[in-house]
Amino acid sequence: MPALPLDEAGKYVAGAYVVFLILVLVYVAIMAAKLDRMRRDLTDLADLAEKRRAPASERERVSA
Amino acid sequence: MPSLRVMAFTTVAVLGAAFALVFFYAPNDADQGFVQKIFYVHVPIAICALIGFVVAAFHAIRHLRSGDPIHDVRSYVSIHMGVIFGTAALLTGAIWARAAWGKWWVWEEPTLVSFLIVYLLYATYYPLRYAIEDRERQARYASVFAITAGAFVPLNFMAVRLAESLVHPRVFATAGGGLPPSMLLTFLVAFAGMALLFVTLMRFELMAKSTSAQVSRLRRAIDSEAPAPSASRIAPAVPSGSG
Repeated sequence: MPALPLDEAGKYVAGAYVVFLILVLVYVAIMAAKLDRMRRDLTDLADLAEKRRAPASERERVSA
Repeated sequence: MPSLRVMAFTTVAVLGAAFALVFFYAPNDADQGFVQKIFYVHVPIAICALIGFVVAAFHAIRHLRSGDPIHDVRSYVSIHMGVIFGTAALLTGAIWARAAWGKWWVWEEPTLVSFLIVYLLYATYYPLRYAIEDRERQARYASVFAITAGAFVPLNFMAVRLAESLVHPRVFATAGGGLPPSMLLTFLVAFAGMALLFVTLMRFELMAKSTSAQVSRLRRAIDSEAPAPSASRIAPAVPSGSG
């Protein structure tokens, strides 16, 4: 099969490189979503830890 | 080992240099013309995918020998990245086939079909993990799978090299073949970039899994009654402090 002319070959070459780029971007987006979920988990844990500390410090004040 | 940030910047720089070489330095192929530029993205991706499967087998052997779950995690992530890179290799290969041969796929071509068989073999790795509830058995069976399938990769590669090619070129073949120096340099830089991308994404995923395990550990420490967050049956158990 003879080589395709540049204008026709260009869209295939662009397509291949764009597919590669899209796959990398999709992967990074999925990982970003996972990291965001972890951030939310950490925020929940920080809230939980602060709530637990608050009654403890109140008890200390009352006993003093 | 350099930090993830350094690796990420290096990967972007090397891949950027590779793409610059592809479009501004490497000459057009005498036979295929401009379409041959797909070679510089398709072949490195395919090689990285296959190397990833072999690396997964290596870690699986270490896991079975030592019982250390970190090797199971590394094997899992290697296969995961290999499947992603394999998907990219199949898609870019199909585009190249359409441009060069006029068909998206050629079933008579051993190189294509063998790669598809390897890819589908590794696609069954996930259902295998899903199917086993017990974490230790899951890790053990997954390691046995990774070793068996990993041994199949080089055997398959050799069989394809021995088989008669229909249309797929054997670029790094044998005597008399090979690339001109400008194309070879471009290919090597592109391959280095893809390999760096593979390793960087692998480390990124390992770090994310390790961080997730630390969050679970923290939750257990703060409130032992609270359920562990998003405990996945698919993902391997990551030991604390690993990354």
